[in-house]
Amino acid sequence: MSPIPILRIGTTLLCSVHVELDDALAERLQEDVLGTIERTGATGLVVDISGLETVDSYVARILADTGRMARLMGADTVLAGMRPEVAATLVRMGFPLEGVRAALDLDHGLALLAHGRSGATEGRRPGRTAP
Amino acid sequence: MRPVEVGHRGGERAPRSTRLLGRHELPIACEADIVLVRRKARSLAQAYGFDAFATAAITTAASELARNCWVHGGGGAAVVEELYDGTRHGLAMEFRDTGPGIGDVEWALAGGHSTTRSLGLGLSGSRRLVDEFALETARGEGTTVRIVKWKRF
Ligand SMILES: Nc1ncnc2c1ncn2[C@@H]1O[C@H](COP(=O)(O)OP(=O)(O)OP(=O)(O)O)[C@@H](O)[C@H]1O
Ligand SMILES: [Mg+2]
Repeated sequence: MSPIPILRIGTTLLCSVHVELDDALAERLQEDVLGTIERTGATGLVVDISGLETVDSYVARILADTGRMARLMGADTVLAGMRPEVAATLVRMGFPLEGVRAALDLDHGLALLAHGRSGATEGRRPGRTAP
Repeated sequence: MRPVEVGHRGGERAPRSTRLLGRHELPIACEADIVLVRRKARSLAQAYGFDAFATAAITTAASELARNCWVHGGGGAAVVEELYDGTRHGLAMEFRDTGPGIGDVEWALAGGHSTTRSLGLGLSGSRRLVDEFALETARGEGTTVRIVKWKRF
């Protein structure tokens, strides 16, 4: 069992990170998430990182990459709940955050995905987009 | 070979007035040690009452420099010092390795440059997160990076 559970709600995957991410665990999370998208055909992914106190460039890169990879598999990704000090640290370091969709918390993250589904449809899996 | 030294904001305070309240040496001999160094930075910053932003800054910088020490320098040690300069507490962290050294310090510190196809944000990024940053390196002899973060009032 993965130390970071991935829940499925309809076509959305929800993943709450509440343990400290070392390099190996971050890589494992990425693999688990992508594998679950493949198995479930999920079209959305919310990664709740409100429990992460430290996000260094290595972990930030894995999180951003995971979103891009999920996107290539047809799942929109939202990073939800980044703490203020984590956001400040990443921006001050110059970490490139373009292309990363973010939301204040889990609720907003899910709402953002739902909104995206009824709006633009580019890049989604055929037959899975809302009319 | 002559070591290359880079520093900033180091001359603001008279060093003789700074007292050393504690000192910890942590090995960086495997990937898992990066997390231990980062935890030490966090727990000391919290113990001294650093705010969340300063705590995240020193913890993240520690994580970046410990990773560099391990990945590029082949491992070494981190020395953490608890400081008091008469008015405020601070944390100093020194990362030492006996690896290949940094050939072009300016290039490495400019940011966005990496010899491992990474983002190249570790050195330049951690420099921006701390109050003092000093780098000493010599080809074939190793690299030492010392950072200091002071508690804000
Ligand atoms: N301790 C070290 N020993 C030898 N070379 C180093 C050391 N630290 C940094 N370097 C060199 O400086 C470059 C820049 O370091 P920096 O941490 O900024 O980027 P990176 O480690 O390559 O990537 P990132 O940290 O963004 O994942 C490295 O690619 C490496 O060539
Ligand atoms: Mg680095």
